[in-house]
Amino acid sequence: MAKRILTALVGAAVMGIGAHAASAATLDDVKAKGFVQCGVNTGLAGFAAPDASGNWSGFDVDYCKAIAAAIFGDATKVKYTPTSAKERFPALQSGEVDVLARNTTWTINRDTALGFNFRTVNYYDGQGFMVRKGLNVKSALELSGAAVCVQTGTTTELNLADYFKTNNLQYNPVVFEKLEEVNAAYDAGRCDVYTTDQSGLYSLRLTLSKPDEHMILPEIISKEPLGPAVRQGDDQWFDIVSWVHYALINAEDFGITQANVEEMKKSPNPDIQRFLGVEADTKIGTDLGLTNEWAVNVIKAVGNYGEIFDRNIGAGSPLKIERGLNALWSKGGIQYAPPVR
Amino acid sequence: MAIGVTNAPERSKSSGSIINDPQARGIFYQAVTVILLAVLIYWIADNTIENLKRANIASGYGFLNSRAGFDVGQSLISFTSDSTYGRALVVGFVNTLLVAVTGIITATVIGFIVGIGRLSHNWIIAKLSLAYVEVFRNIPPLLVIFFWYSGVLAILPQAREALALPFNMYVSNRGLAFPRPIPGEGSLYTLLALLIAVAATFFVARYARQKQMATGQRFPVLWTALGLIIGLPLLTFLATGAPLTFDVPVAGKFNLTGGSVVGPEFMSLFLALSFYTAAFIAEIVRAGIRGVSKGQSEAAHALGIRPRLTTRLVIVPQAMRIIIPPLTSQYLNLTKNSSLAVAVGYADLVAVGGTILNQTGQSIEVVSIWIIVYLSLSLATSLFMNWYNARMALVER
Repeated sequence: MAKRILTALVGAAVMGIGAHAASAATLDDVKAKGFVQCGVNTGLAGFAAPDASGNWSGFDVDYCKAIAAAIFGDATKVKYTPTSAKERFPALQSGEVDVLARNTTWTINRDTALGFNFRTVNYYDGQGFMVRKGLNVKSALELSGAAVCVQTGTTTELNLADYFKTNNLQYNPVVFEKLEEVNAAYDAGRCDVYTTDQSGLYSLRLTLSKPDEHMILPEIISKEPLGPAVRQGDDQWFDIVSWVHYALINAEDFGITQANVEEMKKSPNPDIQRFLGVEADTKIGTDLGLTNEWAVNVIKAVGNYGEIFDRNIGAGSPLKIERGLNALWSKGGIQYAPPVR
Repeated sequence: MAIGVTNAPERSKSSGSIINDPQARGIFYQAVTVILLAVLIYWIADNTIENLKRANIASGYGFLNSRAGFDVGQSLISFTSDSTYGRALVVGFVNTLLVAVTGIITATVIGFIVGIGRLSHNWIIAKLSLAYVEVFRNIPPLLVIFFWYSGVLAILPQAREALALPFNMYVSNRGLAFPRPIPGEGSLYTLLALLIAVAATFFVARYARQKQMATGQRFPVLWTALGLIIGLPLLTFLATGAPLTFDVPVAGKFNLTGGSVVGPEFMSLFLALSFYTAAFIAEIVRAGIRGVSKGQSEAAHALGIRPRLTTRLVIVPQAMRIIIPPLTSQYLNLTKNSSLAVAVGYADLVAVGGTILNQTGQSIEVVSIWIIVYLSLSLATSLFMNWYNARMALVER
């Protein structure tokens, strides 16, 4: 605990002392230090988790890599700061991380009072419930009287309170700070129900001792648009982080993949030529403060949005989450990007 | 401190320069220190405010009156998601107090038993006490908490197979459920009788002391007190028609419903803090008893005082003077270590504050509240223990 108070204090102190050091231009700072400091989850399989040798991978991690590739042309120039739900906001506020890609729900409070900026949603999620099959529960409305495991400091915790209050159900919250602690408590039977974003439930179920004995209830009780967050007051940096996401979506739209990106440069389609920075006298990257090759570098590093999705959480991963809302707008989903023009 | 200058011997007045005047120098250095400190604090505060403004982060303590929106699992006072953040902090504070006070009492009891056990002439008792001290003193408290928490979760049965205990109590990995007494009409008299009994005991004790001082005759205070404190409320209770019902826990769909529950979070934290701190208290007690010179007990024996009375009237009062100051530190440590609650999800001040910090983003405000509360709690404990120490101190005539 002392560590956490210390983190907060140091954060506060950094905010105080760094008055003159931390300029508004995050891009210049990042270029000067040579890497992007990226706030990620402490370990959520499919989204951000380190392997045995300490290499991070996952959906959110690929966004960090994509941002690094856009700036440096090198996806390895990232350093990861694992943050708990509680630590993530002070870390971003104090400048400890440059961008927070950590299954963070975009809410008005976080966008305003907390001093952050959100624009892109890289995963449209919603809160769900997981229970043991043995309980014979078919709907969340049958959960009155249950003990519910939840991670503290999340929108999940608030939605949970609202949902049970609205439906006049009783429950007993069992609250932990770390995801691993919630997992362990649920696995040990400390609570009957586990609630978090549904994508998270699919991921967490795999880590339980007997995944087959657990089921995810059909109800989705909230909107959880997850996306990368940056500090307010630096529009250039905000634009870069947003357009990295848009580039990934546009790439999928154009059918540009990690494998065919070099080939696509020769495409006669002027939209694609402009997007990949091969149009004559283009300022497509320099206006952002990057090179004109930035979109190519991003796609070379991590592929397009669909590839990131499939590799980490979709059909090509153990999680096997459907694209659903996260399919492109042209394919029945709501993932949509403004044109590169 | 240079304030000691006032007691300094007569200063030499020969060197007229103010630079060589020790008092002037003292004042100068103190003034410089105070000014530097003030400038530093001003600079930090100013920069912090400036940065908060630049980052568009709302600040101030106004958020304490907003709706919390989250629920707290363990609460001694009523709390719903409609209560305010301020009340949530109070819930956390009460939970911290609860675990600190119960922990301090239990740690003291275990500590004294083990500490005296270490001095026992019985080989097994002495070695067991030694083993206890060495094991618990040398493990970080967080691990002790995890040990109890996973122990409680792993060993106890699942909620639906709760183990039934006598008096309608049940134990499972959701905690210990027991019937909750619901006082009926007229139970106020029982409470009143208890208060009267306590007050009466106090006067009886005073009377007994005066009588012994005056005549040397002893009065059986203990038995009278027990009779008063147990007997009087019991009689009143029966006379008013036993106005007490119980809310008994019954098996529900998921958990036992009804009754009161002591959760595994509280139990593991309470046990861990008690056992951990008791190891240190045991050593303090042993040191205190060892610190009383052997001549004291020999003199008491020479006067014909029996061994048990020697311990009670000669050894322990003197040992207490050695024990109390370090004991205070242990009490403060236990209170502060209770913030490790966050590791097992016990809703103490730090855990609840952390949730609020996250929901509102008011990190500086919440951290300042933590600091102020723990500081006040520690200072209050210190003040009480200092008062107690002064009472126990040797009165020199």
